[in-house]
Parts: sequence; structure tokens; C-alpha cells
Amino acid sequence: MDALTVIDLLLAGVLTGLLYGLMALGLSVIFGVVRVVNFAHGEMMTIAMYATVVLFAWLGLDPFFALLPVAAAFFGLGYLLQRGLINPFITRPEHSQFMLLVAVAIILVNALLLVFGPDARNVQVDYQLESYELGSVLIDKARVFAAGLAVVAALLLFLFFRFTLTGKAIRACADNYLGAKVVGLNVKRLYALTFGLGAACVAVAGCAMVLLVDVTPGLGPYYTLLAFVIVIVGGLGSMGGALLGGVLIGVSEALAGLFIAPSAKSMFSFGLLILVLLVRPQGLLGKRA
Amino acid sequence: MTRAHVALAALLAVLLSLPAFAGPYALSVATLVLYFAYTGQAWNVMMGFAGQLSLGHSLYVGVGAYAAGAIFFHYGIGPWAGLWVAILLCVLLGVVIGFLAFRFGISGVYFALLTIAFAEFTRIGFDHLDWTGGPGGMFLRVAQRDTWDIANFRGPPLMYYYSILALASLAFVLCYFLLKTRAGYYWQAIRENEEAAQALGINTFRWKVYAVALSSAMTAVAGVFFAFYYNNLFPEQIFNISRSIEIILGPIIGGLGTLFGPILGAAVLTLLSDGITELLAALGWEIPGVKQVFYGIVLLLVVMFLPHGIWPAVAKRLRVDRS
Repeated sequence: MDALTVIDLLLAGVLTGLLYGLMALGLSVIFGVVRVVNFAHGEMMTIAMYATVVLFAWLGLDPFFALLPVAAAFFGLGYLLQRGLINPFITRPEHSQFMLLVAVAIILVNALLLVFGPDARNVQVDYQLESYELGSVLIDKARVFAAGLAVVAALLLFLFFRFTLTGKAIRACADNYLGAKVVGLNVKRLYALTFGLGAACVAVAGCAMVLLVDVTPGLGPYYTLLAFVIVIVGGLGSMGGALLGGVLIGVSEALAGLFIAPSAKSMFSFGLLILVLLVRPQGLLGKRA
Repeated sequence: MTRAHVALAALLAVLLSLPAFAGPYALSVATLVLYFAYTGQAWNVMMGFAGQLSLGHSLYVGVGAYAAGAIFFHYGIGPWAGLWVAILLCVLLGVVIGFLAFRFGISGVYFALLTIAFAEFTRIGFDHLDWTGGPGGMFLRVAQRDTWDIANFRGPPLMYYYSILALASLAFVLCYFLLKTRAGYYWQAIRENEEAAQALGINTFRWKVYAVALSSAMTAVAGVFFAFYYNNLFPEQIFNISRSIEIILGPIIGGLGTLFGPILGAAVLTLLSDGITELLAALGWEIPGVKQVFYGIVLLLVVMFLPHGIWPAVAKRLRVDRS
């Protein structure tokens, strides 16, 4: 093992981590506003991955084009999910919300198993095999594209929340639920919009993730846990925190795979989670509740 | 004698005499129901009574199972000694987790995620622990099915049935009396309003740790039972988060914080799961995933339309006390 391998792996970890960050950003935005923890997050991610695989197999659509219809569909689904199913639960206790989303997750992951079977699926495009050379450092092209996409999507989301009127209204709901209602904001609609946006984030992350890994139904629970770890490490509800957490987890997974054993990589992530919860429970970039 | 006492006595009589008219399959289903009734009761102490949401109870099942199982596997010492090691280890783990979490003011969703993290951390740890067979699993010597070897807890299914019936009954009685003691009232006060409880002079930190300790000790016993009933242990299975979810489904579906809830929930869920399997087999729809989709839908409907669980709704109909 030489220094170059380590640098290659570190870079790959950072790039994959940005994609993880985008996935976790969806979870973070939903929690930050609606105050519901989406226990079906990874399952939604997996569905987006399958949607991309299907579009590719059926129409030969490149994942980077597929992400537009998939994200639009996910926005709609997220909107309806919040409006129809989750909204009555926002005033119920946490364990009740948890059960609801666990039930949704069980249905989703097994519906995938039912439709696609347990075998791994993937897409094959030319640029997956190509790489950039920086001196003697090699970086996969697909990984660079995916990370770039994650950064652009996160930036767009940030600009939306910062500068548009709807984005500001959503932030007002998050800050003060009662106040937002008093000034006449349609909180129900804004919550649904937020859930839709969170779902769209996951969809975009899923579309790009297909370029890096094969998809199986079993990935759902794994991504759910991964997204939790990332948002807690970064700070639940903080947008920058989700990206930072994603990069940290991406890098720690890459290093654990290199120095210990690939199968031990999530032990690192969970260890990091426990450490952060104990030392800085609000997360690295989170604000104290 | 109230109506509830009569109903309880009748239920116990039915369960005691069940092996006389139940076949081997029905007996195994009943064993599973009682197992989940017991673990549900154990989890309920922490969440239902004291209001601390644990999503990582598979940790205690797994550590308990592996502790007693490994002692039997490596040294041939039966579970009556291993049981205490299992309880000790799990209480220690529970107290450490509780101490860390409550000392640093972690609660609600964060506490739940912390419990998941510890369970997952331990799962991967056991995957790399050669002493217990790693990911390849640990297999206990298979039981002699015709003799009751009480010292080594090996015997026919009937022995396991009566053991888990005894455990579930003991847990029920324990919880019944706990709810009437100071501890029970303290826990419920903490569950309803922790700040108010603290203002009244309850050391909420200490009582929350006690709840975790008791719950983990009870779950450790379930783990020992699991190891000797199933004879094989895999980290991937026993520590899996879906095992934790299985444990908590019963009490939540049955009725959180109630005594009958965990029992009723376990019975409903196990029979539902088996019923769906049978129905799909009869229809010839045995495709992987179908069963779980139905299961998820039923779960969704119960959570949506019976937010307090099945038992409070049933109790109202039967006009018995809601606890």
C-alpha cells in the first residue's frame, strides 16, 4: 500500500461522501421543518435507483437525464405522502410516527423485492470505466460527475431556501409553527412541499448512486441507517452539516475499508455516531435545540 | 374477583393445557407468541413505563444469547450459570448506554438512534469476533428431543413452551406489581412530564437508568432462551435492526404502557404473519416479499386507525380496566 493508493481512496471517499450528503440532506430538510424522522428514507433512495435502472434498460436513458423525471415524480410522491399519510401524525408522539414510517418502509422494500427480485441490478455507461488523471492520481469520471451533481443540487436547494418567498415561508414554519400559522401561511401545504423537496433530493442522489454501486432491495435499510448517521454527525436540520457528515462518513468508510476490513466500515461510522452524540449531541454544525 | 381476574385465570388455564390438544406446529407458534409477549413486556418497562424509546433491543437479546451460548459451547456449562453472565453483561451495557445518554441529556429521537447505533456497532463487532464463530455463526449441540435435561436446558419443544410460558407469566406479574410500587409511579411521572417529575424531587436520571437496567436484564433472559431454543446464532440475524423492530411491534400494536398490550400484540402479529403465510400458500402466491407487503399494510392500518393500540379499544368493549 503506497501513498498514492491512499490518496486515490481518500478522494473517492470524499466524492462518494458528497453523494451520501445529498441523500442525507433530504432527511435533514424533512426533519428540520416537519419534525418527523423519515425512517423510510433509504427505501425511497433504493426506489429512485431502481427507477433509474428501469429507465436505462427501457429507454436507454442516461442516469443524468433520468434524474429529471425521477426527481419530479419523487417530488409529487413526497408531497402526496406527507399530505395524505404523515400529516395527521405530526402531532402524535415519536414512537407513533416511527411505526408509521417503519410500516411504509416494510411495504416499499418488499414491493421492490416482489417486482425486481433479490438480484443486483445496474446500469452500464461508457464513462463509468473512464477516469481523470491528475499527475499520477486517478479519479473515476462517474464519481466526479455524481459528486458535482450533488453539490449543484445542494446549492440549488440552499438558494431556494435563502432567496425565494416559498423557501422563506418554509423556514418560517420550521422556526415557529404557531407564528407561521398566525401570519396566515398554509403550513400543511408548505410541509408537503418540504417533504416533496426532501424526496427529490433522495431521488437525485439515487440516480447518481446507480453509477457507483449495484442496487438490491436490501440496500434500503442500509441507506436509512447511513442517512441517520450522517445527519446526526453533521447536525440534524443543518444543510451544511448533512454534506459535511456525508463527506466524513464517505472518507471514514474508505479508510476503514483500507486499514481494517471492508466489512468493518460501518462499525467506524457507528462509532463516530456514538462519539458525536455523546460529545456534541447537536451534531458538528447543528444548533443547540 | 373482577372480570379481568377471571379472564386472566381463563387465559392461563388455556395456555397451560394447550400442549394437550395442540400439534407440534401450533405449539411452535404459541412458543413464538409467548416469546414476543415476554420481550415486548421487557421493552415496555423502558418505553411504556418510563418513556425511553429504545430501537436497539436486539443488542440485549444478542449479547444475552451469545454469552450463555458461548459458555455452553466452549465449556459445556449449562445456561443456569450462563444466565447470570448474560444478565450481568446486558445490565452493564444498558447502564453504560443509559448513563452516557442521560448524563449528556440525549432523549427522544436521538436516544432511539443511539440505541440503534450501539446495536449495529455490536453486530459488526461480533461479525469479527472469532471466539463466537464470526459471521459464520455459532451452533449449539442439538437437543435430545426425548429427555428433559433441565441442567443443560435441552429437551423437547414442550419444555421450551412451558419455560417461555413461565417467563411471560413472571414478567406479567412483575410488571403488574411494578406499576403499583413507587418505581412504577416514578417512571410514569417521568414518561408524562420529566421536568415536573424532577421538580417533585424524583431523581429522574437514576430512575431512567434503573428502567434501562431492568429492561435489559429481562431481555437478556429472552436471549438465553433464544440461544437454547434455536441452537444457532448469527450476528447478522440476531443483532439486526429488524429484530429490534419485531420486539417493539407487539407492545405498540397491542397498547403501549399496558400490561395486556404486549401479550395481545404478540399474539395478533404472530398469528397475522402465519395467517398470511398460510393464505398465500393456499392461493399459490409464494413470491418473496408478498407476505411482508401485506404485513406492512396491516401495520399501517393499525397505526393509522388505532393510535393507542388494540388493547385499549378491546378493553373498552369488554368493560375491564384499561391497564
